[in-house]
Amino acid sequence: MINKLKTSTALIALLLFSFAGMAQPTQTIEMADGLYQSGKIYVVIIVVAIIFVGIVGYLISLDRKISRLEKELKNK
Amino acid sequence: MNSNKILPVENERQLSPSEKKGLATYWWKILSIVLLLFTIIAGFLFPVPAQPILHETIRNLYFHVPMWFSMMTILFVSVWHSIKHLSQSNIESDIVASQAAHTGMLVGFLGLITGSLWARYTWGAWWVADTKLNGAAITMLIYLAYFVLRGSIDEEQKRARIAAVYNIFAFVMLIVFLLILPRMNDSLHPGNGGNPGFNKYDLDSTMRMVFYPAVAGWILLTVWIFTLRVRLEKLKRKILFND
Repeated sequence: MINKLKTSTALIALLLFSFAGMAQPTQTIEMADGLYQSGKIYVVIIVVAIIFVGIVGYLISLDRKISRLEKELKNK
Repeated sequence: MNSNKILPVENERQLSPSEKKGLATYWWKILSIVLLLFTIIAGFLFPVPAQPILHETIRNLYFHVPMWFSMMTILFVSVWHSIKHLSQSNIESDIVASQAAHTGMLVGFLGLITGSLWARYTWGAWWVADTKLNGAAITMLIYLAYFVLRGSIDEEQKRARIAAVYNIFAFVMLIVFLLILPRMNDSLHPGNGGNPGFNKYDLDSTMRMVFYPAVAGWILLTVWIFTLRVRLEKLKRKILFND
């Protein structure tokens, strides 16, 4: 009797575990929803965009400096 | 050339073909900026699939992965010019090849650093002994040896020739370590273990809409930096050696 009870509880437990296993994919995955809802993600985007524009601006100025040097050297 | 000297200053110099064309020569730089601004904005704002472990870091796909695409592109340019040097013995090809390899290392290191950071927050460690990761690190070391080799030879023609031969070896090793071995082994890194694609990300069309422009934009930016390096090196040679 006790043995039967033991096996049945074990079975139920295993069954529950298996359900828990099956429930895994539907589990909510934490995303930065708060950041999106509060709109503060825009701050991040603007910061990154400013840095990118700054680097590109630097690249453009380098490009121009090199072009100028090339011209000067050609004129020499 | 002599007649040029008599002409007034404005006409003294003949316009090079690139200067005549103007926009026709630098449109791709503008395209690069536009694509990358789109990448930054859309990369943060567009919806991404909610994946376990990855969460929002899935957006790194737009920034980390294009580094490797850029590196392979520019290193292909490098090996291409090395082969060109071997067939034509043109020193210009050697300059282009070495500057391309330099630029490739820049984006390669950025890819390595960002990948390490990403791994820290998803796999839990800065570095794991993974085929793809170690392969990337070994590739870097192989290319570092290319610069050591260059630095150790003084004679220009000899340096160019030996470096070109080594560069071909290095590129073959890159293909083996980055493209072949990771596919033959299991790896934590996506796109491995027999699957060359991005498997699950591949299916998401919104991500693809940002990912492809991102790759194109980063490659163009890398090429831009590379062309600057080449022009600078040529200028340096003109000033120093008058050639």
